[in-house]
Amino acid sequence: MKLDARIPDGPLTEKWERHRFEMKLVNPANKRKHRVIVVGTGLAGGSAAATMGELGYEVDAFFFHDSSRRAHSIAAQGGINAAKNYQHDGDSVFRLFYDTIKGGDFRSREANVYRLAEVSNEIIDQAVAQGVPFAREYGGLLDNRSFGGAQVSRTFYARGQTGQQLLLGVYQALERQVQAGRVRTHSMHEMLDVIVVDGRARGIVTRNLDNGEIRSWTADAVVLGTGGYSNVFYLSTNAMKCNVTAAWRAHRRGAGFANPCFTQIHPTAIPESDEYQSKLTLMSESLRNDGRIWVPKKKGDQRSPDEIPEAERDYFLERMYPAFGNLVPRDLASRRAKEMCDSGHGVGPTRRGVYLDFTDPIERLGRDAIEERYGNLFQIYERITDENPYRLPMRIYPAPHYTMGGLWVDYNLMSTLPGLHVIGEANFSDHGANRLGASALMQGLADGYFVLPLTIGDYIARHEFGDIPDDHPDVRRTEDEVRDRVAKLVGLDGSRTVDSIHRELGRLLWEKCGMSRNAGGLKEALDRIPELREEFWNNAKVVGSDRDINEGLEKAGRVADFFDLGELMCRDALAREESCGGHLREEHQTPEGEAQRDDERFTHVTVWEYTGPDSEAREHRESLSFTEVAPSQRSYK
Amino acid sequence: MKVTLHVWRQESSEAEGRFETYAANDVSPDMSFLELLDVVNEGLIESDVEPIAFEHDCREGICGSCGVVIDGSPHGPHEGTATCQLHMRSFADGDELWIEPWRARSFPIKKDLVVDRGALDRIIEAGGYISINTGAAPDANAIPIPKDDVDAALDAATCIGCGACVAVCPNASAMLFTSAKVAHLNMLPQGQPERWSRVARMVEQMEAEGFGNCTNHGACQIACPKEISIDFIAWLNRDYLRAQRKVG
Ligand SMILES: Cc1cc2nc3c(=O)[nH]c(=O)nc-3n(C[C@H](O)[C@H](O)[C@H](O)COP(=O)(O)OP(=O)(O)OC[C@H]3O[C@@H](n4cnc5c(N)ncnc54)[C@H](O)[C@@H]3O)c2cc1C
Ligand code: FES
Repeated sequence: MKLDARIPDGPLTEKWERHRFEMKLVNPANKRKHRVIVVGTGLAGGSAAATMGELGYEVDAFFFHDSSRRAHSIAAQGGINAAKNYQHDGDSVFRLFYDTIKGGDFRSREANVYRLAEVSNEIIDQAVAQGVPFAREYGGLLDNRSFGGAQVSRTFYARGQTGQQLLLGVYQALERQVQAGRVRTHSMHEMLDVIVVDGRARGIVTRNLDNGEIRSWTADAVVLGTGGYSNVFYLSTNAMKCNVTAAWRAHRRGAGFANPCFTQIHPTAIPESDEYQSKLTLMSESLRNDGRIWVPKKKGDQRSPDEIPEAERDYFLERMYPAFGNLVPRDLASRRAKEMCDSGHGVGPTRRGVYLDFTDPIERLGRDAIEERYGNLFQIYERITDENPYRLPMRIYPAPHYTMGGLWVDYNLMSTLPGLHVIGEANFSDHGANRLGASALMQGLADGYFVLPLTIGDYIARHEFGDIPDDHPDVRRTEDEVRDRVAKLVGLDGSRTVDSIHRELGRLLWEKCGMSRNAGGLKEALDRIPELREEFWNNAKVVGSDRDINEGLEKAGRVADFFDLGELMCRDALAREESCGGHLREEHQTPEGEAQRDDERFTHVTVWEYTGPDSEAREHRESLSFTEVAPSQRSYK
Repeated sequence: MKVTLHVWRQESSEAEGRFETYAANDVSPDMSFLELLDVVNEGLIESDVEPIAFEHDCREGICGSCGVVIDGSPHGPHEGTATCQLHMRSFADGDELWIEPWRARSFPIKKDLVVDRGALDRIIEAGGYISINTGAAPDANAIPIPKDDVDAALDAATCIGCGACVAVCPNASAMLFTSAKVAHLNMLPQGQPERWSRVARMVEQMEAEGFGNCTNHGACQIACPKEISIDFIAWLNRDYLRAQRKVG
């Protein structure tokens, strides 16, 4: 496997412009002769499909929801960043670039991140022109807020529904292309494999989730915008259907998987309440702008929080990080909360929770002001927990939330499998070892609206594409393999439900490869996962047929891939003998408990090559160089 | 707590449906309603019975996937709540619950509690967008828009496309859904150039899909998990009338 990031020459600030000039173009009249398959209609896939339709390509868009509007992107609450500097507070493209590189703890590619910051402004223009109702000030101009501890206000938002409104903009643009006949949408179609012909990705195999039909689709190029894999942990803030199958199947066909162990744990989710819990609900990061996080000083204190006097509370983030207090980055806030609970200070019925208290801000600003800022979040909280956060502090606990790792891509967003492009959360992308708040939406839309539709043209213009007949041996073989696999899954006739095994895998990964990792734990997990996989293939149970809607069967296929991914995550975490961003190796910490990078040995992206079901993945490295921002030790003290 | 569920089971759109009864004995009040269905399904799988098919994804009331009729009410007993946001503490120990899919001519049942809502996408396809291509937009602050106007547009745009409004309507009308999108776009300056054709085409498509007429029953705004107001229907009607004159 050869890793060529294909970063254009020239000064950082001119690379993208120069590249746009140097890329080959497809003649407008010829575009309609080129078919592109897009898998996923979240912010990334949906915007790419719509834009390529506008440009004149023939686009087929596949997704496993019943409508393209339901992709997981819909759930994003907080907002989207852009370097508009509308607030005149000193923001700029360079500052957004700088913050993102630093936030990613110097494990991302400068050229990509700079381009991301550059196109961020166009995203906002595009969304507003589509009718996305971002929040405005009384003068009628767009409002911004500071998010996730950023020193400038660059986050655009639409109440707590930013993802929904942006996705509806994408969905509408997509439906417009459907109406125009340029995009065909295929709902309830799950992609189960990539068809590779002569070393290039030329199609996919799908299963129709309504009637079980398995069929092949061919095209000149394939784009995956299939989202992240946080659900490997079973419980996460992601929607129930999020999974790694599309990316994993592509990995098995030759796409390198980059930094799989880079996962982000979000500090403010509602804690798990019982064993039936099916997912975790995120409470927006913005709550930390005003809320104060604390635990009782006394271990195992069972009193109601309002009976615990001020002197007996430990506002641990304010104590440890006087400068940043409750606004320290996500990974620090998460880890410190977990440590508090591990050492016996946790609160709530499961003792896995810390308080997020609004008493002070309510006294200072009045209940109305707090209601105006967080009313809908308080409502969500009350609905789920049956507790009133105006009276009692919220209980929160960290939860898996986002995956920075994903399929490796070059500057053109193409994976190591030629023709297979990967966008949005599914690629390893621009966030290095840690993603800043409000920048996933930005990246998904940057990829989909502004980068991929151009770079894919370069790929198409540089290659010849003959027709691939339906009975082409590579098409037949791939389709047959999918059929065999589905038959095997539907035939599972053991005694355990798929969910129960998935839960076990999730708990194991959360313990050993979650918020903090150590060599011993990772090795234990690497011993245990193959046993769980065995348990799955020997003892899981799928009821019903493969000829109609069968969610159990769908889940089984996704969970089967999670075992392999989980294993690779542990292997990656073990190989990276340093801490950086969200990846904390307990062996590598500063005396303050901060991630201790080892730039000498690990200023690189780790990319794993699939070598077969019975052999270990092969490690490759893309080394990173920093010319504009000198790597520094992060410190929030 | 314990509850008894009478659940609509139907193998396919052609098959006849019927209620099947399941007892759930170990119900925690903190469980969500969909988690209850998960538990029932785990039990069914263990005893070799096909689990109940139902739609869901985000489980936080935003994706619009979920939606069943509980004791005659789409999304259950609470206002402003999607099925996935309902918790078992809303019910009493010993309750018997009747669970059905959305029932409307334009939403054929696919299996058990899952219906085909493709008609809603086709209404959007007919004109529920602003025709601008990527990259062609002016600066986002070029046109100031009064805060109140944007807030009102967002009130409409918050629709999650679940279809509860259709399910609850005695005429199975999709007026609340359609009007929410028409109002969202037609209230904003960006939406003006296509204002009249948009409303005309979307209403036409709604009728072509076989949705019924609106007779101002008002049940839709009560069933709507996002509490979208029927004022938007009045807004649509006004725009529609004016469009008839303009589009001819
Ligand atoms: C609760 C929550 C809140 C968040 N809030 C924010 C925020 O405020 N700001 C921010 O920037 N980011 C936020 N994020 C992160 C952000 O929402 C996601 O990273 C982003 O939306 C991912 O978009 P995507 O297009 O890459 O993938 P998704 O939106 O996940 O879309 C994936 C698509 O792929 C399809 N798909 C997947 N696999 C297959 C397959 N095998 N076959 C066919 N189709 C398939 C699905 O149908 C879907 O259409 C949040 C995340 C969560 C969980
Ligand atoms: S599951 Fe998404 S709205 Fe209920």
